[in-house]
Parts: sequence; C-alpha cells; structure tokens
Amino acid sequence: MKKYILTSTLAALLTLGGLSVPALAGPEDVVVEHAWSRASIGMNRPGAAYMTIRNTGDEPVTLIGLATPLAMMPEIHETKTNAEGVSSMSPAGEIAIAPGESVALEPGGLHAMLMRLQELMTEGDTFPLTLLFDDGGEVTVEVPILGIAARGPED
Amino acid sequence: MRRRAILGYGAAGVGAVALMLFVGWWQVDGPGGPEPVGQRPVALTEMDFRLTDHEGNAVGPETLIGRPTMAFFGFTYCPDVCPTTLSDISEWLDDLGDEAEEMNVVFITVDPERDTVETMAEYVGYFHPAIRGWTGPEEQIARVADSFRATYERVPTESGDYTMNHSASVFLFAASGRFVTMIDYHEPREFAVPKIRRALEEEMEGAT
Repeated sequence: MKKYILTSTLAALLTLGGLSVPALAGPEDVVVEHAWSRASIGMNRPGAAYMTIRNTGDEPVTLIGLATPLAMMPEIHETKTNAEGVSSMSPAGEIAIAPGESVALEPGGLHAMLMRLQELMTEGDTFPLTLLFDDGGEVTVEVPILGIAARGPED
Repeated sequence: MRRRAILGYGAAGVGAVALMLFVGWWQVDGPGGPEPVGQRPVALTEMDFRLTDHEGNAVGPETLIGRPTMAFFGFTYCPDVCPTTLSDISEWLDDLGDEAEEMNVVFITVDPERDTVETMAEYVGYFHPAIRGWTGPEEQIARVADSFRATYERVPTESGDYTMNHSASVFLFAASGRFVTMIDYHEPREFAVPKIRRALEEEMEGAT
C-alpha cells in the first residue's frame, strides 16, 4: 500500500506545467497530466476522457478501474484499427505501468469511456475522475471539459 | 441415326465444357468469386444510393460529382474515433482555407437507427461548416458502404447499449468522381493535407 499524501511537489509540477489538473490525493508515485475530455451532446451518448498516467516510482503500478460521479459505468476502453481500416472499441482490462513509464490515454487508442452519464458534460466545467489501483491506492484528478471538437488538452 | 447420336453427344460435350468454363468463371472472377479484401471504392459515377443530408435534402452520388469529395463513415454515439476524425477534418479544412470551399465533405452515418436527420444536423453543427451529415434507410447505407468497400457492424456493449465498428478511413474522390486515395485513421496529420490537395489538383487538371 502506498502513502496517500498530496505532495506539494506534484502540485507545483502541475502548476508549472500550466495545467488545471490538480491531483487531489493519491499515491505519490502516480502523476496524472494533460487530462481533458469533450463536452457531451445530451446524456445518451458515452463521453471520453484522455490523460497521461506516469509512474514516477520504483515499483510497477496497475490501474484496475475508474470511478466518477459523472458516469455510472466509467471504464478504460481501447480503440483498435485493423489493417482494413476498421475501428473497434473494447474494454482494455487492467493496465500495468512499469516504474518510470507512462501510459497515454489519447484519441484513437486508450481512453476513459464514460458510459451512462449522470449529468451533461458542459464545456468549461470540470469533473472528478478517480483512478483505482490494484494496491488499493487511488488518484483523483479534476478533468477539464473542452469543446466537442477539441483535439487535445491545449484546445 | 448413329450420326444424330454422335451429334447429340458432341452437343452435350460442348455444353458440359461451356458449363464448366462458366462455373469456373463464376467462382473466380464472376459474382460468385471471393470479394478481394481492401479493395478500392468504385467511382462515384458508378454508385447508386439515395440518402438525406442534415438539412433534409435528397442526396446521392451525383450530388458529389463536379467537385472533389472527402467522405467518411461514423456515427454520432461514437465517443472516440468519430469526434477525433471530425476535428481532424475540421483542422485540415482550416489549413486549406479558401480551397476547402471547393470541396464536398460528407460524414455518412452507419447508425441510421439513432442518427436521424435532426441528430446529424445537431452533431455536424459542432464542427467545420463545410461538413455535411448524411443518413438514410439501413439498406441505402449498406449500399453506400458496399460501393466504398467500407464495412460496419453493430456490437452490443456492457451498458446494454450498442456501438458500431466501422471503417475509419477518409476517402478522397476527384471532381470527376474517380477515387483518388484514402487517409488512414492513424496516418500522420502532415500527410493528410497534401493528399487532399492532390484530389483538389485533379479537379484543376480535369478543368483544363
């Protein structure tokens, strides 16, 4: 079990990076950067969120799930495009991140799929998303909601 | 009598050979042959389908002929690939500037059950104004996809809903309707705009 402290270094790092994504609490070794999502059209469609999850520690970490008040079924999904150019999406399962490595959740690959939205995702708002790790650790990030046509965290 | 019998056997033999040739052709090159994988789309001039655009206008392949066309498949309940493709295209169109105004840009749904004309109108409204949203009856969507050699498939999700697997490439056609090339989903962005320019240039050549 890792220590649950809000490190000032982490907060400083995120602030220096010009990111509006303060980690609220979490294992000191996991750093979440560049989190963003797209506004939703209504509440029937699933939303998607993206971010980079970095393991700055000496031991591997395994992401096993997500939790958010925004959606009943948040899950890490992966989009794959085959040789014929056909894209499909499926649950990604557990994601192990080796020490010093990072995993990018980005368009066209891994993403936090937000199924059964409980509220509208409105541009300019944020929502808390908690990453659950296999050692019981949690990291919560505030994910900014950008426009529907956003392409990345800078949009 | 005997001669007639021989003639009869001969005719039967010729018939048998012809039948064998026909069967062979049917299985290899004919309609019975296997569909080659990754085949190119046919020319727009050879397509035949009736759809409705997001403003309620009746549209078909002939709507696209005369201007270069960028077309792709998707659905509005798609959380990842489709908004990404639409945003990419919006950015390519911004890069092209005035040239983009000479193009047709069409987003064709593979999920007509949920993507009505109104839904398509709302959805395309969030992206570049050149992008048109086309929908229509299921069997017409199937015809379009077939002509493009595109595929789609309805897949149930754990949430009790469904999602669609579909061809995510962007197809480019010249003003004449001829298929030029496609932009694959994971292709680096910097290749896209030159490819679009190529389709636009073919139009210029055709005009002179």
